Amino acid sequence: MSFISEFDQLDLTGLTSFAENATGATVEAALARSAEEVRRTSGMLLADFAALVSPKAAEPQYLEEMAQSSHRLSAKHFGRVIRLFAPIYLSNECINVCKYCGFSRDNPILRVTLTLEQIKTEAAFLREQGFRHVLLVAGDHPHFASAKYLRQCVTVLHGDWPSISLEVGPMETDEYKGCVQAGAEGLTIYQETYNRAVYDKMHVSGPKKDFTWRLETPERASSAGFKRVGIGALLGLAPWRSEVIALTSHANYLLKHCWRSQLMLSIPRIRPAAGEFQPLVHVGDRDLVQLVCALRLTFPEVGIVLSTRESPKLRDGLIPLGVTMMSAGSHTEPGGYTGQGKEGLHLTKGGRVIKRMAPLVESEGEQATVQFEIADNRTPIEVAARLESMGYEPVWKDWEVVLSEG
Amino acid sequence: MTGQTSTFRIAGREFGSRLIMGTGKFASCQIMAAAAAASGTAIVTVALRRADLSGQQDKFANILSFIDTKKYLLLPNTSGARTAEEACRLARLGREATGSTWIKLEIHPDPRYLLPDAVETLKSAETLIKEGFTVLPYINADPVLAKRLEDVGCATVMPLGSPIGSARGIETRASIEIIIEQANVPVVVDAGLGAPSHAAEAMEMGADAVLVNTAIAVATDPVRMAAAFKAAVEAGRVAFELGLAPKRREAEATSPLTSFLKES
Repeated sequence: MSFISEFDQLDLTGLTSFAENATGATVEAALARSAEEVRRTSGMLLADFAALVSPKAAEPQYLEEMAQSSHRLSAKHFGRVIRLFAPIYLSNECINVCKYCGFSRDNPILRVTLTLEQIKTEAAFLREQGFRHVLLVAGDHPHFASAKYLRQCVTVLHGDWPSISLEVGPMETDEYKGCVQAGAEGLTIYQETYNRAVYDKMHVSGPKKDFTWRLETPERASSAGFKRVGIGALLGLAPWRSEVIALTSHANYLLKHCWRSQLMLSIPRIRPAAGEFQPLVHVGDRDLVQLVCALRLTFPEVGIVLSTRESPKLRDGLIPLGVTMMSAGSHTEPGGYTGQGKEGLHLTKGGRVIKRMAPLVESEGEQATVQFEIADNRTPIEVAARLESMGYEPVWKDWEVVLSEG
Repeated sequence: MTGQTSTFRIAGREFGSRLIMGTGKFASCQIMAAAAAASGTAIVTVALRRADLSGQQDKFANILSFIDTKKYLLLPNTSGARTAEEACRLARLGREATGSTWIKLEIHPDPRYLLPDAVETLKSAETLIKEGFTVLPYINADPVLAKRLEDVGCATVMPLGSPIGSARGIETRASIEIIIEQANVPVVVDAGLGAPSHAAEAMEMGADAVLVNTAIAVATDPVRMAAAFKAAVEAGRVAFELGLAPKRREAEATSPLTSFLKES
């Protein structure tokens, strides 16, 4: 028994159509139930969520009311604090061909996998900036980003980092257990799209093509002992209302079945990257605001993560609406913070190395290719100062090493 | 008013206030410190996971530097722990870092409602008490568990009124009444007190103290809300000591029906 059987029975078409045709009365009822935190059946919860992401609810009078209620619920459950974290990209090697991703195997980009020493240097830089929560990111590659390598990465950072999370290719439960025992606390795994047809089209080849294996990953992660599990949909691949209704159904399932893991939700939008992929559907700023409010109203106690994919203006605007965790000053390429790994750079095409780059001692021009371009270029200190000016405490440390000892 | 009520002791130590304040969720550590001062509290609790336990005076995790330990008893808590083992590890680390042998045990394996795990709490309380800690456990309002924890040597019991941060007040009233009736250690109502009237209600019921965090931290003006809770706690305690008027279903007749018996 896993979410897949529930997902297969989910009437996504019906719920999406319910959203598209929602009336003012439907929105008002959903909003009232959500704002009052009324307990509902799973079916009613999903219908209310659909109403909250409906075109009707996007009308100014409803959107403002949603924003006010979201703000109130966020303050009540999370207070006036925002946790900060930063990603460290370990490797941009990948065996999957995914149309939207800069690291796609087909893209002729500069790749590298950092050594443990290089990772420590990158981490030391972030620590100096204040971060105590780190997210280790790697492409999906059984050789370069193996379970053993990832476990070693966690091990070398564990003593200095109160919280270490992973965002890497899906693994088996036992492999995840190894990472948890080494000191990893969280695991992030986006389904990318919950639309099977689009999923199949976007994931041209590689293990990522297996929709079900990926969909069941959060459950494997939770049973392996990860204390935080993050899920998300990459917005811009399929009609967003259907995507987030499916995401909500997934979240609701995990809350009931993986109750020991804290659930985190992410709603990244596609950003420019190598491969020049253009979003297949438009998801506007207004849509994103509505979505954050709808998620907060539906799941008052669930964390919402916001990355540097979004602009400073939008990020600042979303903070009071329900965001609980933000990255800042991010680099989305291995070695991006301190220029580590240049001697290992190589150009690959179709998975084959076509050119080894000469070690670049004098010049600083060449570096590994980014996964995507970020949109908020503020430094961590600038982001923290902005939070303070908005009446929020930037929290750098909210976990402890001894709580992450498998 | 405080001076008129009986003294409040935990583990032989006397405290001048029956309001314990939590330090999470505040917009800044400065506001937290100002709210603590306005609350009149004598005990503040801090999540060890927020603090620097490395001894390196980490300026990015400096919440402890905002707590004047000459004014307040620092009560570290194990929030974030999901097992007895994690709570014990955190408590030991906290003792090394802060020098405090007092620990507020919080073990919640469920990160959504943060409800306490009775089994793990009892297990870790036994271990920590043997190691010399003064243990104040956060528990569900379970009278039998409260007695078990008292038996193993806990300094207080801290039953919840309703889930942390829920502001729903004392929804566990019937069980808390039994806990208070049977307790030989102070009973501190912890969690869910969303309004000063909730705190006053707990005190009127005979709780020895209350712990408040969210309702103060997320108020429009945390300092004034802290003062409001202070007044409510003091008022509730005075009322309890004086004895509340019994509730009646009907109005009391101004002309008693049996007064004629006295006339002769």
